[in-house]
Amino acid sequence: MSDTTRPVEATQTQAEPPGASGPGEVSGAEIVLTDVVKRYAGQDAAAVGGLTLTIPAGEIVMFVGPSGCGKTTSLKMINRLIEPTSGTIEIAGKDIRTQSENQLRRQIGYVIQGGSLFPHMTVEKNIAIVPKLLGWDRSRIHDRVTELLDLVGLDPERYRNRHPRELSGGQQQRVGVARGLAADPPVVLMDEPFGAVDPITRQRLQDELLSIQRELHKTIVCVTHDIDEAIKLGDRIVILREGAEVAQYDTPEVVLSAPADDFVADFVGAGSSLKALSLARVEDIELRHPTTAKVGDAVAKVTEQARANGDTAVVVLDDRGRPVGWPWLRQLRGDRIVRPEGELIDVDIRSTLNDALDSMLSSSHGAAVVTGERDQYLGVVDFDAVTTHIRLLEEQRGE
Amino acid sequence: MSRRGIVVELLVPVVLVVLILGGYVWWRETANLNPTELRQLDWATIRGEAWEHIKLTVVSSVLVVLIAVPLGVVLTRRGMTWLSPIAVGIANIGQSAPSIGLIVLFYIWLNVHPFWTGFRVTVLTLTLYGILPVLRNTITGLRGVDRTLVEAARGLGMSAPARLLRVELPLALPVIMAGVRTTLILVVGTATLATFIDGGGLGDTINSGIQLYQFSVMVAGAVLVVALALVVEWVGRVLELVIRPRGV
Ligand SMILES: Nc1ncnc2c1ncn2[C@@H]1O[C@H](COP(=O)(O)OP(=O)(O)OP(=O)(O)O)[C@@H](O)[C@H]1O
Ligand SMILES: [Mg+2]
Repeated sequence: MSDTTRPVEATQTQAEPPGASGPGEVSGAEIVLTDVVKRYAGQDAAAVGGLTLTIPAGEIVMFVGPSGCGKTTSLKMINRLIEPTSGTIEIAGKDIRTQSENQLRRQIGYVIQGGSLFPHMTVEKNIAIVPKLLGWDRSRIHDRVTELLDLVGLDPERYRNRHPRELSGGQQQRVGVARGLAADPPVVLMDEPFGAVDPITRQRLQDELLSIQRELHKTIVCVTHDIDEAIKLGDRIVILREGAEVAQYDTPEVVLSAPADDFVADFVGAGSSLKALSLARVEDIELRHPTTAKVGDAVAKVTEQARANGDTAVVVLDDRGRPVGWPWLRQLRGDRIVRPEGELIDVDIRSTLNDALDSMLSSSHGAAVVTGERDQYLGVVDFDAVTTHIRLLEEQRGE
Repeated sequence: MSRRGIVVELLVPVVLVVLILGGYVWWRETANLNPTELRQLDWATIRGEAWEHIKLTVVSSVLVVLIAVPLGVVLTRRGMTWLSPIAVGIANIGQSAPSIGLIVLFYIWLNVHPFWTGFRVTVLTLTLYGILPVLRNTITGLRGVDRTLVEAARGLGMSAPARLLRVELPLALPVIMAGVRTTLILVVGTATLATFIDGGGLGDTINSGIQLYQFSVMVAGAVLVVALALVVEWVGRVLELVIRPRGV
C-alpha cells in the first residue's frame, strides 16, 4: 500500500477533522472531559458523577470497571449519544457542543460489540455509510472500502458484496472496525468491541487493532470489562468504580506494579507476576529467522537451502510477503511450493508474551510466526527466547 | 424457507387458479345455458366486472399503504407512542364494523354530492376497512427493529430521516409487507359488496344471480371471485418476496 492512497489526505476536503495530520504522525485528537456529570431521570445516584479526564492524542485509553459503573455512559457522552447533565467535553480544544450532533458523529468513529452491521446492506454499503454522508464521490468510496478491507485483513473482492449474515462473528467485527475508521476520524470510540467473539478470534482482532493503530495513530477510547484486554491494548488504563469515579489512571505497567488502592488491586487480580507476561511484548525479544520460501519457488532448491541452514521446516510467504504456512521439509511435495492448506496461526510483533505462549502451545513447532504491519513476515519466536526473557525479568525484579 | 418450499408455495395457487378458470370456461362453453344465463355470463361483461374489481382492490390497497405506513411511522416516533393505541383502536373499529353497513351508510351519506360515485364510495370504505393490518404491522415492524442498530445509525451521524429510510423501514419491510398482503386479501373479498351501491366488480354477477333466481349465475360469480382472490393473494406473496431486502 503506497502512501498516496493513505486515508489521511482523504478527509482534507470534507469536514476536516480537528488535529488531523499526515500519515505516520499522530492523526488523533486530544479529548478533555471536565467535571462531566450524567444523572438519568428517576435515579438518585449519578451514573457518572463528575468525571475529569484528559485523553492524549494518538493513544489508546481503556475504560475498565465493574458492570454498571458508567463506562458506556461516559463513552457515549463523547459523541453525544448521551447528553451530559453538566460539564464540558472538548475534542482538539473545541467544545463538542459547538457543532451539530450529526456533524460531530461523522468525525468520530464508533465501533460496538458484534459490529452492529446493518443486515440489509452489503459489507461495502455498511463501510461506506459515513463517507456517503460526507458526500464523497463513488470512486473514492470504492477505493476507500478496498483499502479498509485490506487493512482489517479481509480480501476486498471476496467480501465487499457479501451481506453480514454471510460472515463469521470475527469477520463482522472486522467490518465493524472498518466502518468506524471509514472517514478517517481522528477519534474512535469502541464499546466492548471484541466482547462477542471467541478467545482466539479476540486475540487476533486485538493484534490487528494494535497493528492498525501503529499505522494510523488515532485517539482510541475503548470500553472493556476484561482487565487483560485493557492491559494488552491500552497505552493507558482508566479504572473506574461506581459512578465512573476514577480509581486509577495510568499506564498498564504502573497499574500492575503499583495499584492505587485495594479496589484496583482486587480488580487487577491475583497472579500479577504472570500478568507481567502480558506487559512484555514479542518486540522485546530477539526473533529467530529460519529459512523462508515464496509460493512458487522450486522445492528442491528450498530444501537444499534449509538443510544448509540446519532447519527442518520453512516459512512460506505469499507474493506480498505475508506468511501463509510453516511446513516441515518432509511435507513439501511436487516441484513447486504451493500455498499450504489451513490457516497459519501467527502473532503480531506487538502481541504480549502471554498471547505468544498461547500460539506456541497450539503449534507443533513449539514456536510462533511473528508478523508486523499489514501481516508482513518478521521472524519466529520460540519457547527458549521467552523463558530466557522471563528469567531476565525475574533477575531484574530480584535486584 | 428453502428455495424449494417457496417454489411449491408459489406454484400451488397457480395450479388452483388454472383448474378453477379452466373448469369455468369448460362449463360456460359446453353447458346448455338459458338466455338469461347467456346474457349475464357474457364474456365482455365478466371481463369488465373483473377489471372493475381489480381496480377497486388496487386503488384501495395503494391508498391504504399511502395512509397507514406514514401514520405508523409517525406513531412510532419519540413522544408519539402514546397515540398509537388510540389510532389502532380506531382502525380496529373500522375493521370490525360490518362492512356492508359501512358501505351503505357512506353511500347514503355521501352520494348527495356528484363526486361520490359508487366506485369512489367503495374505495373509501375499502380503504378504511383495510387500514388496520398495514398500520398494525408498520408499528410492530418498526418497534421490532433492533435498538442497537438504530443507535449504531445515530452513532455514525445519520440524520433522523436517513435512519428511517435507510435503516428502520428496510428492516421493518418484511413485517409491513405481511400486513399489505393481509389487506389485499381483505379488500379483494370485501370489494364484492360494491355492487350494492353501484360500484361495480364481480359482485354484480353474484347479485344478479340472486335477483333473477339464477342459481348458476350466482355460483359462477362466486367462483370467479374466489379465483381472483387467489390471484391477488398470490401477487401479494410475490410482492412480499420481491420487496424483502436481501440479507434480512
Ligand atoms: N438509559 C438509561 N436510563 C436509566 N439508567 C441508565 C440508562 N443507561 C444506563 N443506566 C444506568 O447507569 C449506570 C451506568 O450504566 P452504563 O451502561 O454506563 O454501565 P457500564 O459501565 O457500561 O456497564 P456494563 O459493563 O454492564 O456495560 C447503571 O447503573 C445503569 O443502570
Ligand atoms: Mg457498557
